[in-house]
Amino acid sequence: MNIEEFIKHIEAEFDDLKPGILKAESNFRETFEWNSINALILIAMVKTEYDVTLSADDLIKSKTVKDIYALIENRKS
Amino acid sequence: MALFSLPGIKISGISAAVPGNSESNAGYQWISVRERESLMKNIGVETRRVALKGTTTSDLCVAAAEKLLDELQWDRSEVELLIFVSQSRDYLVPTTACIVQDRLGLPHSCMAMDIGLGCSGYVYGLSVAGGLMQSGAIKKALLMVGDISTLTTCYRDKSTYPLFGDAGTVTALEYDPDAPRMHFNLQTDGSGHKALMIKDGGARNVMSRKSFDIKKIGKGIYRSRLHLELDGIEVFNFTLREVVPNIKKLLAGTGESLAETDFIVFHQANRLINETLRKMLKLDPAKVPYSIREFGNTSGASIPLTMVVALKEPLKTGKTKLLLSAFGVGLSWGTAIVETNSICIPDLIEV
Repeated sequence: MNIEEFIKHIEAEFDDLKPGILKAESNFRETFEWNSINALILIAMVKTEYDVTLSADDLIKSKTVKDIYALIENRKS
Repeated sequence: MALFSLPGIKISGISAAVPGNSESNAGYQWISVRERESLMKNIGVETRRVALKGTTTSDLCVAAAEKLLDELQWDRSEVELLIFVSQSRDYLVPTTACIVQDRLGLPHSCMAMDIGLGCSGYVYGLSVAGGLMQSGAIKKALLMVGDISTLTTCYRDKSTYPLFGDAGTVTALEYDPDAPRMHFNLQTDGSGHKALMIKDGGARNVMSRKSFDIKKIGKGIYRSRLHLELDGIEVFNFTLREVVPNIKKLLAGTGESLAETDFIVFHQANRLINETLRKMLKLDPAKVPYSIREFGNTSGASIPLTMVVALKEPLKTGKTKLLLSAFGVGLSWGTAIVETNSICIPDLIEV
């Protein structure tokens, strides 16, 4: 498990996101259109791929892709 | 633990009715075209049936029942149990099931009652009807499950308006000592009751003038305290946390397996939730039928409606083993494993 793989999983879920644009430091709210449906898509992907639950609060407190990845890593261990 | 098996109950038929009036989410102008496309693709709802003002859930259920009773050729005087599961009743008082008993011409020896559950209503209703019938004293029963949810969603609330559709269903149940057991695992977590809620109009918050004020809740979300509110992420995470363990516990407790189950019918919450559940359970898409694209989230009616529109042929023509999984408002959830054998399924009715 690494952050590159996490980014690939995100790219696979969002059609509008061209591969290579999203980086670990990217602010995910700015890189792709952020709305409640996209939040659900992200939560669903994290649950299926990593068996980790992200709450609404987690998303509000996270800014970058790295922040979310850190949450997943934390809860995985 | 509410994990139990009921012997002696057979499903004889299922019928569903929807309003003839249809709305398309492609034309939902409150949100951008781009958002509509994302909604239709991910939430999975393209069209929804919307009842015209004055049509009630019981109207849909009665239409479904009239047709089912005719096709089954049941003698109405033999129906001794009527359960109406809904959160959109005809009146605050009296119980809708009492009115329906009279409308359908069921006998005075019929016991009739409402159950106020939504999304989880079908599996709960089956368990209550089955529990009452298993002594053999009641031979025939009707289980009505449905909702007119569109009456309480606000057009300017993108989190609810494009999701819900209206439907009413009826399931005919018979006492049959040779019927295979039905298995249930039913659960509740009321700490999540605010995730899906209409705040005013009950006894806790009596309706007042302020109940009607429409307020901005968030981007694209305006509603009053008489409208349904839905915390999407909360419900989503509840579902992903609870549904799979509930199913696995029932399978382990009964020795049943998903491999030997012909179809897994989920409450039609939204496509993203249901597809995530399907992937978590590693289920073949061919075993997981949907009705959400055409009919939206139809609350408690969604499981029997899906059976009528997507599983009609296998249910009519032979034996099937089904796992039914329902979850939502309450929060209330549960699974039922049922077996059917050539049951009566009239064509979908439009009212």
